[in-house]
Amino acid sequence: MSELNSALEHPVYNYKVVRQFTVMTVVWGIVGMLVGVLIAAQLAWPALNFDLPWLSFGRLRPLHTNAVIFAFGGSALFATSFYVVQRTCQVRLISDKLASITFWGWQLVIVSAAITLPLGITSSKEYAELQWPIDILITVIWVIYAIVFFGTIAKRKTDHIYVANWFYGAFIIAVAILHIINSLAMPIAFNSFQAYSIYAGTVDAMVQWWYGHNAVGFFLTAGFLGMMYYFVPKQAERPVYSYRLSIVHFWALVAVYIWAGPHHLHYTALPDWAQSLGMVMSLILLAPSWGGMINGMMTLSGAWHKLRSDPILRFLVVSLSFYGMSTFEGPMMSIKTVNSLSHYTDWTIGHVHSGALGWVAMISIGAMYHLIPILFGRERMYSISLINAHFWMSTIGTVLYITSMWVNGILQGLMWRAYNQDGTLTYSFVESVSASYPGYVVRVIGGAIFFSGMLLMAYNLYMTSRKDVEPLAAPTLASAV
Amino acid sequence: MDINDLRGFSTVFLMVTFIGLCIWAYSSKRKKAFDEAANLPFADEELNQETMQEEARNG
Repeated sequence: MSELNSALEHPVYNYKVVRQFTVMTVVWGIVGMLVGVLIAAQLAWPALNFDLPWLSFGRLRPLHTNAVIFAFGGSALFATSFYVVQRTCQVRLISDKLASITFWGWQLVIVSAAITLPLGITSSKEYAELQWPIDILITVIWVIYAIVFFGTIAKRKTDHIYVANWFYGAFIIAVAILHIINSLAMPIAFNSFQAYSIYAGTVDAMVQWWYGHNAVGFFLTAGFLGMMYYFVPKQAERPVYSYRLSIVHFWALVAVYIWAGPHHLHYTALPDWAQSLGMVMSLILLAPSWGGMINGMMTLSGAWHKLRSDPILRFLVVSLSFYGMSTFEGPMMSIKTVNSLSHYTDWTIGHVHSGALGWVAMISIGAMYHLIPILFGRERMYSISLINAHFWMSTIGTVLYITSMWVNGILQGLMWRAYNQDGTLTYSFVESVSASYPGYVVRVIGGAIFFSGMLLMAYNLYMTSRKDVEPLAAPTLASAV
Repeated sequence: MDINDLRGFSTVFLMVTFIGLCIWAYSSKRKKAFDEAANLPFADEELNQETMQEEARNG
């Protein structure tokens, strides 16, 4: 039937692949965050590694980061980009078959990661731990993704390419370049996972953090800004605050992000000028970041009252507040003198999670709640009250997580740099570890609350998908007051 | 001419590009086209409804 329709003048959209990725976003979110809670608990209570090598922190930590970034975040990006590109270009994806290959291929990548990482098979490059056979698979899937996405744009029925697609497009191109260049390696044999990077020493470190920071800039920022530019206006039922600002935002952001990587290598063997360049570019980055945040927030001007009754919109708008907060914190931490206090401490982990939980996860969750009813042919989610509960759990969980890590980070930084009058260190390292214990416990609690919210989401998704269950009555503003 | 001239030129080039971009984006000539573009998320409700009906029919 749909084959017939796409041949006619009115192409009907391909929602199947969007639905598949949407469901897997929730599934991988739960898996990735559960691993996160486990390793947070291991840092508070190390016995939880049960003396098993494949449950040790060093192996599970990359599993956690890969699962939440590439499985949870990746599925959310595939789902929303395929949805947004169809709806704003007003055409069906160019190929159902290729779209389906991206779905199953991406799941295969995730499963390979979930098997190899606990076995200790790793390139040891942060956020690029997967070894060469999986890297090649990722490249193939990614090229197919690019063909489907840009092919759909090429046959669009609209004059203009909507700004969300510019951000998704930049994300797809930049991630392809970053992944290929950083993963270049020489396998020791064809029947071995082991390979050596073609880069060495400081160059290797610089390529790695050029990749690493742009994984943040393009995977975790540009892609999710694409989400923001479609779902915030859609949920608020009004066009974006300033389309002109969105254009300046786009070009400024993509032009500046690519230079910020060296701030990960302050006070290392990287030449001083490169460190300073990274710092200055990171400071400049505040302008486009906040330009985008303001553009998203101001979309609600004149419609702020909607926040009182719509928890989905609340997810989207609070995610923008966290985005603003972490994009202020980031440039500040890239200043060398601040970095000399914050680097290698838990402050960095707090900063990452204010972006990852507060911004990336919350905007994805908001977008998913917008999408799920449409994809399952329902008027709204099964329970609006559960979305509201999820919203508060996410917010409280994030706040507990980041404040405990701020406290820990500053405490560690100050303890490590404290000297006695004779020049010896005031504290041994282990004293800073034991002083961090309360913060680690608070982090487990915050993470567990955030994780539990995802379980509510899964239940809500399941009930919304059931054809024999009617959605619960939406709570009205009057009843809420 | 040495490497520092190139550094100077590249700074000026980027500055001019950025200012040019702002002028282009904010010129009054482009207002109508951008207003239309900003409304694209709301322009395809019919196609969405059709898709949903189609999917409901196919179970």
